[in-house]
Amino acid sequence: MSIKAVNLCHVYGQGTALEQYALKNVNLEIEDGQFIGLIGHTGSGKSTLIQHFNGLLRATSGELYYNGENIYAPGYDMKKLRSKVGLVFQYPEHQLFEVDVFSDVCFGPRNQGLSEEEIRARAVEALEQVGLDESYYRQSPFELSGGQKRRVAIAGVLAMHPEVLILDEPTAGLDPKGRDEILGEIEKLHRERHMTIILVSHSMEDVARYADRLIVMNRGEKMFDDTPRNVFRHYKELEAIGLAAPQVTYIVQALRKEGIPIDDSLITVEEARDAILRLVGKEPPAGDELQAGEKAPAESMPPVGEESGRSDGAEAEDESGASGVPDAAGAEVSDSSEQEDRK
Amino acid sequence: MLREITLGQYYPVDSVLHRMDPRTKLLGTLLFIISLFCTDSFLGYGAAALFLAVTIKLSKVPFKFMVRGLKAVLVLLLISVSFNLFLTPGTAIFQLGFLKITWEGLRTAVFMALRLVFLVLGSSVMTLTTTPNELTDGLEKGLGFLKKVGVPVHEVAMMMSIALRFIPILIEEADKIMKAQMARGADFESGNLVHRAKSMVPLLVPLFISAFRRATDLAMAMEARCYRGGEGRTKMKPLHYQRRDRIAQIVILCYLAVIIGMRFVL
Amino acid sequence: MGIIKAVNLIFDYIRRDEEEQVEGVDRALDGLNLDIKEGSFVAILGHNGSGKSTFAKQVNGILVPTEGTVLISGMDTSDEERIWDIRRTAGMVFQNPDNQIIGNTVEEDVGFGPENLGVPTEEIWKRVDESLEAVGMTAYRLKSPNKLSGGQKQRVSIAGVMAMKPKCIILDEPTAMLDPNGRKDVIRTVHDLNRREKITVLLITHYMEEAVDADRVIVMDGGRVVMDGTPREIFSRVKELKTYSLDVPQVTELADELAEAGLPITRGVLTMDELLAELVPYMKEHMTCQSKQ
Repeated sequence: MSIKAVNLCHVYGQGTALEQYALKNVNLEIEDGQFIGLIGHTGSGKSTLIQHFNGLLRATSGELYYNGENIYAPGYDMKKLRSKVGLVFQYPEHQLFEVDVFSDVCFGPRNQGLSEEEIRARAVEALEQVGLDESYYRQSPFELSGGQKRRVAIAGVLAMHPEVLILDEPTAGLDPKGRDEILGEIEKLHRERHMTIILVSHSMEDVARYADRLIVMNRGEKMFDDTPRNVFRHYKELEAIGLAAPQVTYIVQALRKEGIPIDDSLITVEEARDAILRLVGKEPPAGDELQAGEKAPAESMPPVGEESGRSDGAEAEDESGASGVPDAAGAEVSDSSEQEDRK
Repeated sequence: MLREITLGQYYPVDSVLHRMDPRTKLLGTLLFIISLFCTDSFLGYGAAALFLAVTIKLSKVPFKFMVRGLKAVLVLLLISVSFNLFLTPGTAIFQLGFLKITWEGLRTAVFMALRLVFLVLGSSVMTLTTTPNELTDGLEKGLGFLKKVGVPVHEVAMMMSIALRFIPILIEEADKIMKAQMARGADFESGNLVHRAKSMVPLLVPLFISAFRRATDLAMAMEARCYRGGEGRTKMKPLHYQRRDRIAQIVILCYLAVIIGMRFVL
Repeated sequence: MGIIKAVNLIFDYIRRDEEEQVEGVDRALDGLNLDIKEGSFVAILGHNGSGKSTFAKQVNGILVPTEGTVLISGMDTSDEERIWDIRRTAGMVFQNPDNQIIGNTVEEDVGFGPENLGVPTEEIWKRVDESLEAVGMTAYRLKSPNKLSGGQKQRVSIAGVMAMKPKCIILDEPTAMLDPNGRKDVIRTVHDLNRREKITVLLITHYMEEAVDADRVIVMDGGRVVMDGTPREIFSRVKELKTYSLDVPQVTELADELAEAGLPITRGVLTMDELLAELVPYMKEHMTCQSKQ
């Protein structure tokens, strides 16, 4: 199962003076079960791209295949595609409309024409997946907190049983705790249900932590498509397009410049800590080492960090500015009690 | 598709009409419309056409831009022309089956068409040369005398101005919510009328909630910036009549006098 | 006495049912005491629901205390006669960039505040010019706000407050809805204003990195001040910050982790330079032979 884009182009105002490529010859294949981070600055085409994946936008030219079928072929069932490729928009809580949480989550499955029994079963399951228990079912969605509203909205998409889940900046505007909870739940869906995840994010720390593949968009074109480690090696190119690597990358690069032979592919705080400790002949703290490289459940997630912009460069003196210091990415994986509290 | 709706369609060039006080332009438009309804002779329409041609020339807005506004009323135009053409009783000049065209019909139809076309062109001269803000300012000050009889002119103008700012935002938001609901399998296009009306609920409820949220936020932001109604407020861009406004007003009045004169004297 | 002073401030949100009967009381601020020095840059941190936004609205007189007092330049916010003086002294920038711009062009929006204050026309233009210059938005003055990016809109909002010539400006999560570049622009602008115009800044945020350059960091939880100090003091208490559902910049976290593991690294490191200055010499000295190869 996969999404495959071939020479995908999307042009606004074609044939006019204002002709503008929102997408230009995008070629990519997303395989089943991947966790993909999609990054790019505002207007880079990433939001346009994901709306093609579920057929909300139609390409000006090029082909898009879902599970080998051309979705632009005559007679292709777009409605079915939309239930297979679930799309959670930015600020999805703005789409809630029903009188209570439960009915709102039922909206998607009901549109799929399922039996009433199945609809209810799915709503119960989806709400459980986002960590909302029965006490929320009859509450008005408008009286919940921001983070809870967002989870209801995500449940509304999950209840349709998508095979691919696309989330457009699901943590925008949330505080660190809300962000950790949402990302933790997404990660769980990926880990336990092998759902394909496409996470659109501005936070390099978030994608560094979760994604096993990064796609970087710039001016409607795919610029990088590789593992996070390999992509962040190009931190200078990323800066040139208004993005940045996680701060750990900069620390590691600065150490290498000083002649310290540290691995240049480290992207999380634990990895850097362990590598530094090993270099000075100390043992990394027990229990962390195994999990550090893996994707651990949300504990203390990398924040929606203040990335260094294009002008900052990797030079150390530029890094002292308040705005250039990305936030922590550390996760104390071993401490599971706190994690319990947050559920 | 929703985003293509533009309001106020202002055409940004510098012309004497652009610089004119919006109140003058409002008055001018009003008087021009009155003049159209006073006219029922070819000479009168000729005068109106001349007046219109001169203003269009002065506005420096390309004529094809003006004509664009006509497309919207094309259907209306065709209907009213054909009604007048075929249904006016009088001397027949052409007959095919039950279709009969009369002299009187032809005359009324042509006048009706001219009147409609001039009306649209005349008002688009105003909207193309006046920003929505100037228009609201013009209305606020121009209708200021109504305050004395208890009409909340300032408040109405403020509302218009805020509406102008938020309509594009809400249109974009509607577009977004529509897509989000389509991603959840909503169908806004098929089904009968009742079904379609029902399918709008998932769009309209979030849209209203959003509008209310924005309104609450905006009210708070306005208060935080010391807004307390029109009392004691100064203007960043106060309206003052210039010499060109006086001249324009005289020209318009003369034009109206000529038109009325033609109607009653000739 | 400072420009902003809160004494035993308590604020309750009262929930009412449909018959206007009191259904419940949520205490948002619970005995808050705070004194903010004129000209300082203060960051207030806290997770959602910690009371930080409620406090912001108290400073501007949008909300008034249930109990206790808030004094702005000595004026009591409960005093209805002084409310407009308070609001022009302590200007406010809100979170949503769209919902606080009133004007249909940038310059008209910036002029909105002075218009309300009854400032003469010529003076309004002068203030608008200066404010737009101060936030670097002069080039956009005739643009429609709808055509600007989020960060630019927030800078317009800041200019709108500046045009009222306030002594103090409160920013209630001004960057929460912005992308990283917009966020940076806004924070840089606010720091500029603080340095150049000596405006007191109260920045409410949950992004820790925005607090690094503040003069003072205040952490709120449960409607009270729970931590108060310089960024260095606050950021050296990583564990404690985490109990308030906050996190620290990556560099601070790494320094803390290394110190925890026994390396001689100072906690509360704020910048990469500081960390490297300590880490590089140590590593060069202690690297094992094996890793030197």
